[in-house]
Amino acid sequence: MDAITLTNISKTYNKGSVLAVDDISFNVAKGEVFGLIGPDGAGKSTIFRLLTTLLIADKGSATVAGHDVVKDFQTIRKLVGYMPGRFSLYGDLSVEENLNFFATVFNTRLEENYDLIKDIYVQLEPFKTRRAGKLSGGMKQKLALCCALIHKPEVLFLDEPTTGVDVVSRKEFWEMLSRLKKVGITILVSTSYMDEATRCDRIGLILSGKLLSINTPEATVKAYPEKLYGVKADKMYALLNDLRAYQGTLSCYTFGEHLHLSFKSSEQEVMSYMQSKKHLNIEMKPITPTVEDCFIRLLNNQNDRNSN
Amino acid sequence: MRPLLFLLRKEFRQVFRDRGFIGRLFIAPAIQLILLPLAANYTIKNINIGIVDHDHSQVSRKLSEKILSSGYFKLAGYTDFNSKAGKLIDADKADILLEIPEKFEKDLIREGSKKLGIEVNAINGVKASVGFAYLSNILSDYNNDIRAEWVQPGSAGEVPTIDIITSYWYNPTLTYFIFMVPGIMVSLVTMIAGLSAAFNIVKEKELGTIEQINVTPIKKYQFILGKLIPFLFIGLVVFSVSLLIARVIYTIIPLGNIALLYLFLEVFLFALLGFGLLISTFTETQQQANSLIFLFMMVFNMMSGLYTPIDSMPSWAQLVAHLFPISYFIEVMRMIVIKGSGFHDILHHIYAVLMIGAVLNTWAIINYRKTS
Repeated sequence: MDAITLTNISKTYNKGSVLAVDDISFNVAKGEVFGLIGPDGAGKSTIFRLLTTLLIADKGSATVAGHDVVKDFQTIRKLVGYMPGRFSLYGDLSVEENLNFFATVFNTRLEENYDLIKDIYVQLEPFKTRRAGKLSGGMKQKLALCCALIHKPEVLFLDEPTTGVDVVSRKEFWEMLSRLKKVGITILVSTSYMDEATRCDRIGLILSGKLLSINTPEATVKAYPEKLYGVKADKMYALLNDLRAYQGTLSCYTFGEHLHLSFKSSEQEVMSYMQSKKHLNIEMKPITPTVEDCFIRLLNNQNDRNSN
Repeated sequence: MRPLLFLLRKEFRQVFRDRGFIGRLFIAPAIQLILLPLAANYTIKNINIGIVDHDHSQVSRKLSEKILSSGYFKLAGYTDFNSKAGKLIDADKADILLEIPEKFEKDLIREGSKKLGIEVNAINGVKASVGFAYLSNILSDYNNDIRAEWVQPGSAGEVPTIDIITSYWYNPTLTYFIFMVPGIMVSLVTMIAGLSAAFNIVKEKELGTIEQINVTPIKKYQFILGKLIPFLFIGLVVFSVSLLIARVIYTIIPLGNIALLYLFLEVFLFALLGFGLLISTFTETQQQANSLIFLFMMVFNMMSGLYTPIDSMPSWAQLVAHLFPISYFIEVMRMIVIKGSGFHDILHHIYAVLMIGAVLNTWAIINYRKTS
């Protein structure tokens, strides 16, 4: 049985004038880590709020842990852990008080599921009398995760858990998630960091309320249809403009210190074109696309479709 | 019911952790009760009077003396030029001018009557009308004096006069703070207890903590009760503190039953917290709630009978004033504290506030469901 199912879910805001989620369907298997990848405003948080029974969809149906999100919302609230996009614990209560409050609300105690949160809690423990509002960003995220886990939920919803957190804490956070996965907790996580996508079992690329693709990160990358090249020369900006003007180019954008380029003509043709434009120290090598490349490609396709 | 207990424990913990709030709980009543009755005193003193004496007679001097010795007036200028006197008003030095015409004494003695002129600076309406009333009183008093002096008792020339003796019930000396303090106490409870509840709920919305609470087994009614109960308690504290201050500073001891006061306080808080809850459903941030509450507090203070009697308002305004629970509480406070009214006297008020409270709370709960 799937832990989360969405069937043709649509949600609009402002009396139908803003379409936040557009006919989305997907399933998340039990024990799976599913990542929703997309830019800000894509509709990720709306999906989270629909699944955590905070919003009601205009159309479609959804289940969490086998329960309907509208009919059985009371049951679902006992079974899920939710970590909203922004810090939503009580800043004027201490770490310990926050944990105890959420534990008692779920009719449990900190000690009962201590194994589950042990790894995180040991890091929090030195600060347990500190007010939650006075914690650093990474510590806040850890506390929020602890609070979301305190009742051993079946499904965990993490809405952009690593936004605004330093690289080391982000890495630690994802390591914790893999440990939770081993215990059998289903995790739906959203992020706008593409590098985190590879840590998920499957990812859904979402843009303007539409789900553009669902696949494992590897398959998503493999599905990239064209060959992708990393290009470098002395004058990068001129190179970008020249390549974009080149009629054989399919797409060209900056990516770190390289340009990522795909084209329909042959390698030699592109090379001689660049030389004809008097670029010096040209480097061009085939590369494996990343999730971000896939995303940019989908984004461009979408834009092309909109402008046509 | 267990979740409610946990919620209450959390609420009280948060409330008592906010030092500023605890300070407001005790300091605000103290400051308001000490300062406001003094500032909002309608007994007007220090009316600046200019006397234009064209007569320079014994009578005119005696009249001036009598006016100045009354204690209400301060001499702003004594002159016999009309132009100079006019300038006193223009320069805002005099609030009122008394003009004693030429040959005042002579004509008074010869003809038995003479006219006096009074000119009033009406920029400050209250000061003008009160000053005029005081001055007329003194003049008519003086009129009686000279009549008694000049007319022989028992003679045919004596004019019969009606002497009016006034007595003020419940507040025989018309002491202003006896009237004001109970009203200010209501205003205080409204501000601190009732409207803080609105802030508290909106704060959870603004910080997003309500989101986290909503994805727990806590039910809405439990959440709302968890918010309202602490403020019922805080209302009791504020009210008790202000009752104590009224006793210590103004020696105001309620004539009626104190338990009855507390009973009405709880009825009032029920309605008021409903109002606070309603405001919290209409607003998303504390800033919004603040401006809305500010607007309502202004209207409440002006229209609830705290400063001006509701009975003298136009009928539409009276109707509006009777929709505010605060109007009833101010009236009940004055009835119980000053007059010593009993349960049956305020039964009508209790019903009215209960009804208003029921409407406000129902509206708030319906709206609360809709918005989240």
